[in-house]
Amino acid sequence: MTYKPLAREAIARRVALDVPDGAFVNLGIGLPTQVANYVPADREVIYHSENGILGMGPAPAKGQEDPDLINAGKQPVTLMPGASIFHHTDAFAMIRGGHIDLALLGAMQVGATGDLANWATGDEKFPPAVGGAMDLAAGAAGVWVLMEHTTKEGEPKILERCTYPLTAERVVDRIYTNLAVIDVTDEGLLVREMVPGLDFEELQKKTGARLRLANDWRQIPA
Amino acid sequence: MLNKIVPSLAAAVADIQDGSTILVGGFGNAGIPVELIDALIDQGAKDLTVVTNNAGSGRTDVAKLLATGRVRKIVCSYPRSAGSVVFEELFAAGKIELELVPQGTLSERMRAAGAGIGGFFTPTAAGTRLAEGKETRRIEGREYVLEKPLKGDVALIKAETADRWGNLTFRLAARNFAPTMAMAAALTVVQARKLVDLGGIDPEQVVTPGVFVDRVVEVSNPAPAGQA
Repeated sequence: MTYKPLAREAIARRVALDVPDGAFVNLGIGLPTQVANYVPADREVIYHSENGILGMGPAPAKGQEDPDLINAGKQPVTLMPGASIFHHTDAFAMIRGGHIDLALLGAMQVGATGDLANWATGDEKFPPAVGGAMDLAAGAAGVWVLMEHTTKEGEPKILERCTYPLTAERVVDRIYTNLAVIDVTDEGLLVREMVPGLDFEELQKKTGARLRLANDWRQIPA
Repeated sequence: MLNKIVPSLAAAVADIQDGSTILVGGFGNAGIPVELIDALIDQGAKDLTVVTNNAGSGRTDVAKLLATGRVRKIVCSYPRSAGSVVFEELFAAGKIELELVPQGTLSERMRAAGAGIGGFFTPTAAGTRLAEGKETRRIEGREYVLEKPLKGDVALIKAETADRWGNLTFRLAARNFAPTMAMAAALTVVQARKLVDLGGIDPEQVVTPGVFVDRVVEVSNPAPAGQA
């Protein structure tokens, strides 16, 4: 069988299907930011930015950027009707206090028990930077990871234990990759969905931790 | 009569001492008190510890202060961002010390300082290398890390409006760290785009009450931060 890994936009589109109506969601920098583009129009999702915004809207039209209105990735954004502005300490009380329903984050590695590594490779050549990654991972009520299933070199990014420095222990609830949707459960990693044409043994070969296939697994919808 | 308005930027920062810890408001290029930083550079205080979320970008404001060589240590969450060239050069050369703090912990440590709290247990960073050497405690089955308050000798803050009592409002997401830093420093110095008479800010709209503010100087056309 042949299979086609999802394009990055298609991972974002798949995640967007699962974002519930009425959820307060923090989107990490990079691929997670794209999820907002694909949330079905009949769902009202309230986006949080850790620099003090709830009800963040899309990027402004060219020429309408306001340097005082940026997201956590320092990109210009807009406000939706109903938005609110608050200071950093409140922004992180929302996160740490479990008031943010979902954090959608990128990752370098995820461990089989839900450990997350997404802030450092341990390379001492570069100054370390963590931003809000540890607060979001430890604090958000739900943590979903979006990432490629393997590195560019084909090394697995889902491992029994992360080798990179951890962002937080036992926090990831669900992993969306370009090959599969995987839940982190008390009994280990449970594959819910795979791309069409991919068989379970092949997925297991590309994964550094033991997987189980859900009885009701299905193909990732095109 | 209580009047916190000072006549000039130089007067606002005149007595900042060598060795001070300076809290600098701003996130990315929003809310950076560019003119107060320039005034601090002109004033000449050295051996400083600077607490700010990002380590500056481009060659102006925070980056310009770092480039003077007068900053011994920087405390921040995300020093490596687009254009943080000055910091990266100093760091690579071993000329600046970095204390990396998760963003929410950074803010909450300053809140603790401002609120008279002697420390707090947070789940952030538990089980990571940023918790190494710190006291931890299991509370209701979860691991927490003890974090200490982070107090400033001085806070440099950018506001939108201010009155002579030091009541402040901010503009959009330029608010970010400013209200917390204003609480957390022994001397809080504010540059405001607009000064108004007492009563000119609706009491319900005051974001930082004047009790947290010591000096206000008007800067009606603030320069953008993070310029080349």
